[in-house]
Amino acid sequence: MSLAVEARGLVKRYGAFAAVQGLDLAIEEGTVFGLLGPNGSGKTTTILMLIGLTEASAGTVRVLGLDPLRQPLEVKRAVGYMPDSVGFYDELTARENLRYSGKLAGLSGSELERRIDAALERVRLAHAADQRVKVFSRGMRQRLGLAEVLLKKPRLAILDEPTSGLDPQATHEFLDMIRGLKADGITVLLSSHLLDQVQAVCDRVGLFHRGRMVLEGPVERLAREVLGGGYRISAEAEGNAASIAAALARIPGVNGVEPDEPNRYRVSAERDLRSAVAEAVTGAGGTLLSLGMQRPTLDEVYNEYFRRSGGEEARHAA
Amino acid sequence: MRREGSPLTGVATVLAKETADHLTSIRLWILEGLILLAAGGAVYAASSRIRDTVSEDPFLFLTLFTVARDPLPSFVVFLGFLVPLISIALGFDAVNGEHSRRTLSRVLAQPIYRDALLIGKFLAGLLTLAITFLTLWLLVIGLGLVVLGLPPSGEEVLRGFVFLLVTVAYGGVWLALAMLFSVLLRQQATAALAALAVWLLFAVFWSMLVPLAAEAVGPSAPGPFGDAARAQFQLGLSRVSPNVLFAEATLAILNPATRALGPVFFSQLEGAILGAPLPLGQSLLLIWPQLAGLAAAVILLFTVAYVVFQRQEIRA
Repeated sequence: MSLAVEARGLVKRYGAFAAVQGLDLAIEEGTVFGLLGPNGSGKTTTILMLIGLTEASAGTVRVLGLDPLRQPLEVKRAVGYMPDSVGFYDELTARENLRYSGKLAGLSGSELERRIDAALERVRLAHAADQRVKVFSRGMRQRLGLAEVLLKKPRLAILDEPTSGLDPQATHEFLDMIRGLKADGITVLLSSHLLDQVQAVCDRVGLFHRGRMVLEGPVERLAREVLGGGYRISAEAEGNAASIAAALARIPGVNGVEPDEPNRYRVSAERDLRSAVAEAVTGAGGTLLSLGMQRPTLDEVYNEYFRRSGGEEARHAA
Repeated sequence: MRREGSPLTGVATVLAKETADHLTSIRLWILEGLILLAAGGAVYAASSRIRDTVSEDPFLFLTLFTVARDPLPSFVVFLGFLVPLISIALGFDAVNGEHSRRTLSRVLAQPIYRDALLIGKFLAGLLTLAITFLTLWLLVIGLGLVVLGLPPSGEEVLRGFVFLLVTVAYGGVWLALAMLFSVLLRQQATAALAALAVWLLFAVFWSMLVPLAAEAVGPSAPGPFGDAARAQFQLGLSRVSPNVLFAEATLAILNPATRALGPVFFSQLEGAILGAPLPLGQSLLLIWPQLAGLAAAVILLFTVAYVVFQRQEIRA
């Protein structure tokens, strides 16, 4: 599979401050990649370098095999970009706004009008096509931003914080539309600090921290790396606590066992090991009262990672 | 590093959109109304004075633009005052307006270079100015036809046309200045204020400052040659102002009897028939430096704005 985005050793300095320091990034075509990180961690700067709107201080970028600095027009023709808190010309209607972008993208005539109609239909804005953007809600503006991306029929769609400021219903709809992009074979790169949403649509995520990508991979693998186990199984059992805990720890694929309150055990495991846990408890002479499992959330990964790195920084400071 | 693709891709699209925006904006309608009022008043006053005098001026029609009757200034003086205002109104929010509407990064993510946006916006402003002034010019001439009841001669039309070009160039200077401020300053109000401050400086204070500055730093040799050098210095300094260039250029083109724009020695006037009109070619020659100065100011200001814009971070 070929790479839609490939960046090596990417650095961006603003004076003495390095917004991005030594970033490596590879995104396969046809996947949905999530850039995660707190505000100011260099996500937007990275995106701007990918589409050639900002020049990297060092490093190389290839987008769809093209160099965004030397061939910016070709890159921008194949890449749809929706900026953070996207803005439109308020005095113009949705259709007129899209027509302007489409003409800038080199489209014209009936082909352009057809694509505008299709894009507006796709983001469910067809009813508001001839209203001025002035009266649009936040959610409608975001959807219009997505329509503009669709208009180009891009190979790569870059969405910067596409769901920030949306209500849950609108967010849900928006995520559905992003899944639709993937179904069309469009590679999607989206940045966010809203973890559960990223988890819901992304194949892989990259965790940004202070201009570096500190973790990268599918959500479950990150969970394994950071939390020590992707799955949290909690068991409630009566019996000899020490022997039950020992039996649980012997199960292959279990990374750790923590006795919780009386008669409760928290097991972190690499896979869904509920049946093995049940067997182990009865094997150790215990009575299983309840068994539950929690999939790892990106939230936990994120919090755990920053708790640890925060701790390190505190030590460095001391 | 070489970049592929033409920097002019998309200029026509930006030009069309921006021109449409300008021509439909309330801002422009207000200013056009103001100018129309000024033009009507000035022409009416001028024509009534022209009818009072029974002269044999072969360029009677052109005096429509230049003659004043108290308390109204002449049409040309009105323009010298109002053209910068229109130009500033067209340009002060060109780039920072896109920033504050958060449309800049979206537009620049389309397959165009930044060049196209800035050039397109500048040309749109210039085109709007040209359309506005042409309309105004035709209106004044039409009004003149009705009021004076006499058609302009071929040379008068040509001179009037050069006057139109000078006016557009003059507007271009202020447009480029306003766009420069729109690139430099993020706040639209600040940019407008900065441009208006420059306008006030040249419209009101420059003529007061120049003699002071010339006295302080100009040549100080005694005698008549020293006086001449001081006069030259003062004139050169005053010509830094686009308003002065515009006033001189329009004076020479609309008043064919103008033979020199600056101090003249008596020896140079020997054999001259004072009051006799110059041919158009000679008048053009006379204002060529002024025209070149205006064009140079446009290019300089636009280039600075262009370079700053190219280096600017576009993230909001």
